[in-house]
Amino acid sequence: MISRRDFLQASMAASAILGASGFGNWSRLAAQQALSQDQLLQFDTFGNVSLIHMTDIHAQLTPIYFREPEVNIGVGGNKGEVPHITGADFRRLYGIEDGSPSHYALTYNDFASLAQAYGRMGGLDRIATVVKSIRAARPDALLLDGGDTWHGSYTCLKTAGQDVVDAMNLLKPDAMTFHWEFTLGSDRVHELIDGLPFDALGQNVFDAEWDEPAERFAPYKFYETGGVKVAVIGQAFPYMPIANPGWMFPEYSFGIRDEHMQTMVDEVRGQGAELVVCLSHNGFDVDKKMASVVSGIDVILSGHTHDALPEPVLVGDTIIVATGSNGKFVSRVDLDVRDGQMMGFRHKLIPIFSDVIDSDPEMAAQIESSRAPYKAEMEEVVGQVGDGTLYRRGNFNGTWDDVICDALLSQRDAQIALSPGVRWGPSLIPGQDITREDIFGVTSMTYPEAYRTEMTGEFLKVVLEDVGDNIFNPDPFYQQGGDMVRVGGLGYRIDVSKPQGERISNMTLLATGEAIDPATSYTVAGWASVNEGTEGPPIWDVVEAHIRELGTVEARENTSVEVVGV
Amino acid sequence: MTFTRRETLAIGAGAALTAMLPAAGFAEAHADLEALISEFTGGAETGADGVTINAPEIAENGNTVPIEVSAPGATAIAVYAAGNPTPPVATFRFGPMAAAQTASTRIRLARTQDVVAVAQLADGSFARTVANVKVTIGGCGG
Repeated sequence: MISRRDFLQASMAASAILGASGFGNWSRLAAQQALSQDQLLQFDTFGNVSLIHMTDIHAQLTPIYFREPEVNIGVGGNKGEVPHITGADFRRLYGIEDGSPSHYALTYNDFASLAQAYGRMGGLDRIATVVKSIRAARPDALLLDGGDTWHGSYTCLKTAGQDVVDAMNLLKPDAMTFHWEFTLGSDRVHELIDGLPFDALGQNVFDAEWDEPAERFAPYKFYETGGVKVAVIGQAFPYMPIANPGWMFPEYSFGIRDEHMQTMVDEVRGQGAELVVCLSHNGFDVDKKMASVVSGIDVILSGHTHDALPEPVLVGDTIIVATGSNGKFVSRVDLDVRDGQMMGFRHKLIPIFSDVIDSDPEMAAQIESSRAPYKAEMEEVVGQVGDGTLYRRGNFNGTWDDVICDALLSQRDAQIALSPGVRWGPSLIPGQDITREDIFGVTSMTYPEAYRTEMTGEFLKVVLEDVGDNIFNPDPFYQQGGDMVRVGGLGYRIDVSKPQGERISNMTLLATGEAIDPATSYTVAGWASVNEGTEGPPIWDVVEAHIRELGTVEARENTSVEVVGV
Repeated sequence: MTFTRRETLAIGAGAALTAMLPAAGFAEAHADLEALISEFTGGAETGADGVTINAPEIAENGNTVPIEVSAPGATAIAVYAAGNPTPPVATFRFGPMAAAQTASTRIRLARTQDVVAVAQLADGSFARTVANVKVTIGGCGG
């Protein structure tokens, strides 16, 4: 008799070989230049339950370019494992042909030329078309939003999330979990959540004073779909008050709380859940570890680290689905649930090619109306992109961040610039106009103050070591899911295989080529400090002033970080 | 637009960062820790099973870190913060009428370090467990 685990693995293998996940299929069709909406949405409805997953759209309601990372290093047990495989290796792993749309959607190489060919991706109006198509096949499909939804654009910042909430409400999600939403401040979060026509979930959202589950965030909810009792457990970003300003939401405590997760899984199973889904903002490696220490979760819909994977990853009996970011993808997962067990699944990572998938008129009108009051100011052209692509993703640097660091150095008259290693922010391709909206796409946040201060060489090393350990600690439960802090005016060497305190060496002040002296103070400009009371002009003003001075922004080569121990 | 030094002399951010900074050097065991544990156990060997610590992997605030220790049937659980200047945190003693041998408290951690719990179990033997809690300056979320 075939065990459940064997069955799932056989199902996985079949998906990979036969393209039952739909992925290999659209890849091949695309290579034949036969990409159409019907093919992107083609899916043989399977089993009795459908899940639709979207996550980390970062308020990108209109189509964007987004270059996937070249450098995404895995450490410890995740060395060389997905999602830490990029470029040609990624394409080989999934059988993606060079130059195909999936090459463009999922890997970084030749990004500028493929972007010209295949166009922008995403757009909530296109996503609405996809969601409606899935619901046409399975009317009671569950739509689950993994969070980082009410953050990241000009209009989202100006309306404190209202534009995205209004648009998402049209999509009618069933549940959502959270991360950057909290940086709107707890009062605004409460206001928005209290008005949501769907569930706000987070088993790890606790009251900070009493260390008890917070009342506003249910740990889980039950949904009856296809005759199956489905429990969806929410998992908010575990390190909110550490990676983002805790003073903006002092009532709340987070953490992974895997033991509480196990208690919740056992509780919902005890109440008759036939399928247990975790809607997670842990990040992919954290979800893999959580799946290995918590038993009884059937599906983890994984967000936070912005990975897009054409097939689920299997850990024990749990499948983990990663759906990318910025609206580029939607995942559909169909499940066969019988006798209280997940017997098999079919999955498709649906790429949202905005030139191929129709715009949903109702959603398009909603987005247009929310943009209208701000249109003139956000569409103002500030400069142009030169011959390179401006992008952010990568463990150590991105050309957009180089521009931001250069802006900090020149506009704030500093020796060294620090810019946060966040993973959101669309890319711009060669020759593109840079609008104010584009600048907000990579800087928008509620704590944008560009500070100027002095730091000793010793303190700078502590900062680099500290952030480095948030990314390269071999235990995923100690990883916060961002990338390395970006630096301007400073070079260093990092050995990712070493423990904290020993990773960073050869720190150099690039202006003089001299070694950084631990006892000397340097002028440092940065932004996005998590500390209350930070002062300075908003980073978007600093970047805009810099780009206006430059006129044309050239992406430059950056060799200031030497990476070893990979 | 340009920003002059004078306009931006306020440097609250850097000052606050410095104040929050944990001391350099991490997680080396306190020299006296073994001696302190020996005082509690009377020098007896400690096993691995029978006591658990529930603590955050990364502290949200090193000044007040919630922890919970549990050892079914234990008569006492001692808690040590190995990297604090004064490692002993608390010793919880459970009488025969205690419904559960579990205790929760909040402790202050000077820096990234191991939190150690040693329990005297019902049969008089000792068990020991450890949890590494990171105290970080934080910074960048995806």
